Amino acid sequence: MKKASIIAIATAATFMAGAASAATLDDVKAKGFIQCGITTGLAGFAAPNDKGVWEGFDVDFCRAMSAAIFGDASKLKYTPTTAKERFTALQSGEIDVLARNTTWTLSRDVKLGFEFVGVNYYDGQGFMVKKSLGVSSAKELDGARVCLQSGTTTELNLADYFAAQGMKFDSVLFDTADEVREAYLKDTCDVYTTDQSGLYAQRSVTPNPDNHVVLPEVISKEPLGPLVRHGDNAWGDIARWTLNALIIAEELGITSANVDEMTGSKNPEIQRLLGQSGDLGEQLGLDPKWAYNAIKMVGNYGEIFETHLGQDTPLKISRGLNQLWSKGGILYAPPAR
Amino acid sequence: MTVDVPGMSEGAKVSPFRDPKVRALFFQILVIVTFLAFVYYITDNTITNLEKRGIASGFDFLTQNSGFDIGIVLFVDYNAQVSTHGDVLLIGIINTLAVSLSGIIFATIIGFIFGVLRLSKNWLVNKIAAVYIEVVRNIPLLVQLLFWYLAVLLELPNVRDSAKIGESIALNNRGLSFPSIVPEVGFWIIPVAFLIGIVATVFISRWAHKRQDETGQPFPVITTGLGLILGLPILAALVAGMPFGFEYPTMGRFNISGGWVVKPEFMALFLGLSIYTGGFIAEIVRSGINAVSHGQTEAANSLGIKPSITMRLVIIPQALRVIIPPLTSQYLNLTKNSSLGTAIGYSEIVAIFAGTSLNQTGQAIEIIALTMLFYLTISLIISVFMNWYNKRIALVER
Repeated sequence: MKKASIIAIATAATFMAGAASAATLDDVKAKGFIQCGITTGLAGFAAPNDKGVWEGFDVDFCRAMSAAIFGDASKLKYTPTTAKERFTALQSGEIDVLARNTTWTLSRDVKLGFEFVGVNYYDGQGFMVKKSLGVSSAKELDGARVCLQSGTTTELNLADYFAAQGMKFDSVLFDTADEVREAYLKDTCDVYTTDQSGLYAQRSVTPNPDNHVVLPEVISKEPLGPLVRHGDNAWGDIARWTLNALIIAEELGITSANVDEMTGSKNPEIQRLLGQSGDLGEQLGLDPKWAYNAIKMVGNYGEIFETHLGQDTPLKISRGLNQLWSKGGILYAPPAR
Repeated sequence: MTVDVPGMSEGAKVSPFRDPKVRALFFQILVIVTFLAFVYYITDNTITNLEKRGIASGFDFLTQNSGFDIGIVLFVDYNAQVSTHGDVLLIGIINTLAVSLSGIIFATIIGFIFGVLRLSKNWLVNKIAAVYIEVVRNIPLLVQLLFWYLAVLLELPNVRDSAKIGESIALNNRGLSFPSIVPEVGFWIIPVAFLIGIVATVFISRWAHKRQDETGQPFPVITTGLGLILGLPILAALVAGMPFGFEYPTMGRFNISGGWVVKPEFMALFLGLSIYTGGFIAEIVRSGINAVSHGQTEAANSLGIKPSITMRLVIIPQALRVIIPPLTSQYLNLTKNSSLGTAIGYSEIVAIFAGTSLNQTGQAIEIIALTMLFYLTISLIISVFMNWYNKRIALVER
């Protein structure tokens, strides 16, 4: 099945006419929805709820784009992709935007022909082990058997880290995060490695989250962000500024609850962002209310974070690096003017 | 070919529209031109689109460093820091071949045993074979693989409470560990003795065949051959004073290290493939045996030949002619199905090369093309071999 779908995508890449690369915004408007690539299921980031509707941190980015473009946060179709399939899906034009906790690297940006539009989650790769092993540092993992997902930067970092520490390991690779978790829980592996956000997400859905511990070491920089195809800058701009608008909204204290009041604000920054003055929307080829709609229908960055990943969720991830720059984190959006 | 058209005498002008030769030529050229135009369109479109999106193409990536680890590496050295994507391709090929070949051998053994049992007159034996065949043939292979992996092999004891046979053989949900043989000086004599055993067996078999043709006296080739192939290396080892040592698996903090280990990912794929395909082979064997006229059995019986020899020397050789062609396609299926190993973490070509390498380099078209080329080559080689074998055993008409 997997093989068949990869080949289908490769064939699609072969046959796909140039249309997809021309003007994605026009295509999206013509078909009436955005085709958004997400994970096959990672709690908090993108997972179907009990009604079968996809929700999560990455899903909300796509919803914000939909709100900015259509004034309606539900004009979306989702394509769940595995780590292996995601890039081919975007290259071939099967999806319009990929929001799938994907690490921004040079070769992905350049050689694979993509355009990362920003970072929506600063992450780093970590290790999770069972408490019963009594391990307290990743430096003690010499000789361990490690389960991980194939097709990720995780594989490369893992090999680098163990080589740098002069330690040996044995790896087992699976296609989806669920398969990795299953194998880890069955104890065929000692260690589960992926981005720390992913570890917290996976831990939250194990039968006994307290039996597992995420080790303190962070072995890599993993700036996760949404990406689009290289070459359609107008579309890339819309994605980039939707993300920035969500962050700026948090800086300015605009939330989904008070956005209507804020339209009356005297602050010129807020006026510009919400389309009360200036022509930012027009410059992007969107409605003047683009940012207003995104904030109103989805929420600002902080709200999205707290809803899906924050302390009131099973994941209980603290903001850490993902706090605003003004509050001790590194989240920093260029000014919208 | 000349065509006689009524009312047209030899040499008279035929309108080119009505000339079958011209028409045939025209349509053939039309088809070829359309096909070439289609190929040109696809190639050109692909190249244009790749360039437009700034995606690199070509086969240079095969010499680039891979940088990731592979779970199962046989026969070659692999190091994530220095090995290349070309090495990944090689390891993928070796791993695919390893599981396919061992699967083909085991599936054939299972298939022949159950195919013969299915024809047994003993009710119980017959039904057991029937249940096996019907169950495995009617459950999708992927489900069976997940069953073997998740429900059987990963449910084995934890590595810390391994089931042990003696001190040095341990079975747990990370595989079967056993001592490895470490060659010492003078080890070469053992493989050499093994090879001599095989060569000697081939000659003895030829000689025995000839003698039987001339005198009618049979010679126990199988027992003699086994004796030579196994006995000579043992003798050589004794004479050379056991030129090898053992490395015993030892329990580390996390894992058993040292020795040899058969990993559950390999085991699950091997069992799943061979038991699944074995069911199909059993049906092929049964139908092959049924295709041999019952008169053959009766004739052999009336000559006073033992039933076991009747089966081995009268029925099976004739049945093979019916069995081999469909058996070939089962072998091909098994090889191609090995790509499902990607679902249970086995490092075969689709998982590591068309999976990880593709993802790291992003060169879908080149990698998928190479992978398809590999499967095509293997399938053709198996077909050629089986066709050769089929010809060899075909009925020689005199």
